[in-house]
Amino acid sequence: MDNFVFSSSCPLPIQRYSHITLAHGGGGTLMRSLIDSVILPAFGDKNLDQLHDSAVMQFPQGRLAFTTDSYVVHPLFFPGGDIGSLAVHGTVNDLAMSGAQPLWLSVGFILEEGLPLETLQRIVHSMRRAADQTGTAIVTGDTKVVDKGKGDGVFINTAGIGVIEHALEINPQQVKVGDAVLINGDIGRHGIAVMAAREGLEFESGIKSDSAPLADLVMALIAGGVEIHCLRDLTRGGLASALNEIAHASQTMIAIDERAIPVCDNVKGACEMLGFDPLYVANEGRFAAFVAPKDKEKAFSILSSHPLGAGASIIGEVKTGAPAVVMKSQLGAMRIVDLLSGEQLPRIC
Amino acid sequence: MCLGIPGKIVSVTDGEDIYRMGTIDFSGVRKEISLAYVPEAQVGDYVVVHAGFAISVVDEEEANQVFEYLKEMEELASGSDTVS
Amino acid sequence: MKFVDEYRDPAAARHFVRAIKSTLTRPRSIMEICGGQTHAIVKFGLDQLLPSSLTLVHGPGCPVCVTPVEMINKAIEIALQPDAILCSFGDMLRVPGSQRDLFSVKAQGGDARIVYSPLDALKIARANPNKQVVFFAVGFETTAPNNAMAVYQAKRENLENFSLLVAHVCVPPAMEAILSSLDNQVEGFLAAGHVCAVMGYREYEPIAQKYHTPIVVTGFEPLDILQGIALCIKQLEEGRAEVENPYVRAVRPDGNLAAKKILAQVFCPGPRVWRGIGEIPDSGLHLTEEYSFFDAEMRFGLAEALRANAASECISGSILRGIKKPHECPAFGVRCTPEQPLGAPMVSNEGACAAYYRYRRHATKGN
Repeated sequence: MDNFVFSSSCPLPIQRYSHITLAHGGGGTLMRSLIDSVILPAFGDKNLDQLHDSAVMQFPQGRLAFTTDSYVVHPLFFPGGDIGSLAVHGTVNDLAMSGAQPLWLSVGFILEEGLPLETLQRIVHSMRRAADQTGTAIVTGDTKVVDKGKGDGVFINTAGIGVIEHALEINPQQVKVGDAVLINGDIGRHGIAVMAAREGLEFESGIKSDSAPLADLVMALIAGGVEIHCLRDLTRGGLASALNEIAHASQTMIAIDERAIPVCDNVKGACEMLGFDPLYVANEGRFAAFVAPKDKEKAFSILSSHPLGAGASIIGEVKTGAPAVVMKSQLGAMRIVDLLSGEQLPRIC
Repeated sequence: MCLGIPGKIVSVTDGEDIYRMGTIDFSGVRKEISLAYVPEAQVGDYVVVHAGFAISVVDEEEANQVFEYLKEMEELASGSDTVS
Repeated sequence: MKFVDEYRDPAAARHFVRAIKSTLTRPRSIMEICGGQTHAIVKFGLDQLLPSSLTLVHGPGCPVCVTPVEMINKAIEIALQPDAILCSFGDMLRVPGSQRDLFSVKAQGGDARIVYSPLDALKIARANPNKQVVFFAVGFETTAPNNAMAVYQAKRENLENFSLLVAHVCVPPAMEAILSSLDNQVEGFLAAGHVCAVMGYREYEPIAQKYHTPIVVTGFEPLDILQGIALCIKQLEEGRAEVENPYVRAVRPDGNLAAKKILAQVFCPGPRVWRGIGEIPDSGLHLTEEYSFFDAEMRFGLAEALRANAASECISGSILRGIKKPHECPAFGVRCTPEQPLGAPMVSNEGACAAYYRYRRHATKGN
């Protein structure tokens, strides 16, 4: 086992147990075997391989960005991704949103007793692929097992460290009146892809999650000299919630135009069917960029020329006024786009 | 109120009247919907769907009614006839 | 989307607005009965495009809003039973009962599930023969036949572990209740298009005549709503009071005969309490004798109403009857928000108060 060379296309033989048991979290030989047979082969990194209490890395020059997020998603596998790729993309994107180049990730698994080992294998391999794609390494981790019924298969926490090698300050306080607001593509795919696979609501959509690592795209904007003021990924609560958070943090009014916000036809169809507003549907590979007005076109062309920004759009601008998000409806009337009180629920009515 | 969305019937599964189901396409999204209440509906028809059931077949010939009314209204700025 | 996008055309909408402005000679109040229309009006900003002398009154047409607290308490009671599964449409889960909502029941180990169709609840019943599966049957006449079909199939299949907690309401008696109230200000109605798709519109003719009030069967897209308003105003200006149906693409005079047939077998009219309005005779649907076996209230011994204390500050009754606007409530946006709703119109997605709150109409100029 020790000489196993990682290969994502060749899953390891599963040992004595085909499912996670409490003993896998007990610190004994089974736990050791889980780490040796599943975790290390997938993540294999010189730091991780040391299996020391902490990973020690040489930090390059610059400022450090540090973030953490936990991932609970049901179902674990959905069209266009799974909890593993999501846990990597999400944390990488959080780093990217502060203008950092992601370097290292930690991963903490909370496994529910009874989880098939094969499922875990698929998830860790997916994480490895996602990490490779973003040029990050998984350098430290932890595994715990909880009683059956006390988890939802797998919960994952990832933390990430990145380096900021430029002088830009990227955060909501930098947002200025006149800034242009751009997004890198159509909205709502992730939320609808997950919803389509949810028990009791199943529908066929062909919609794949937009889950993707955004660091490349952000680095391209920075390399292109775009004066970025703020970046925000459009995850839970969607575009509407992200813009509201920034409007309140920056004490500005954000004015957007409904006609400039791309939504693909089948996401529109699903939203009509369920009574959802795509503005509030989650994304995992979309972000909003607030840039100086002089760089609006440049930012648009850099985004548009990247595969993950092919559907980019300039959706509005920052104005003076009470902190709020206002939107010109497709009929030309202005309305406030408020925060929702909770998750959108399918309506009959 | 009742959320009713028009979708196109793309297939009908055989089933005795009250169990008649069909796949309805809403702009690329497809869902199994009961056709029990639209026995006359066939593949290709658009139906208004509410809470898992097709409740009405969209009359395509009448679909332009609102635009015709608009035109009429503009032509007869002070007309007294109504359109039904 | 075909049959959706074309009815959202901005140029056509502007034409309608111009036509409405040129016909309107004095202030008018029109009620859109249906919460879905309220939702579309605020979402597309239609009320902002219309002349200010036209008041759109948001009616009681949201089944989630008008379901009385007692019924929600009963649903919660059922969901808390160890071998029961309570199935419901999505937005019902957030409606507060006296102490808690169905969401928090889940947190206490109760089994409350969201379904898209009543037939999904039936599927759950077939798959769980050892559980009692209850579907929370709310809705107007549009939804009632669908819920009726679930019971109709259950009876046919001798599915003894399925039942309905029935809280259905009907539109025409509510319209009469509004028109006959002393402080009524509603001069014309936009009737709910999808209710009429099922029921047809003949039953509205006597109401239009008796109260000399125009009733226009109206769809849900912006152009449908604007056309409904234009026709209603035209009638008012010409002194007519008729039932008109511009939503011809979906509504036939007699409605949907197949749906009405099953509806009449499974449900019969009876009194029903509307949250915020009170009891309206013959405004509810109840299971007929033949289907009483499937009555969850009987099955769970809940026929005796659980006492509920409605929040005294909440003016939802006046709002649902069109006498007051949400921002005229002293609690609006202060002690009553979508996170902490006092009354149901703040809870539901298209409840008048929630719609106002979300789009913050008049929030700053409200009195």
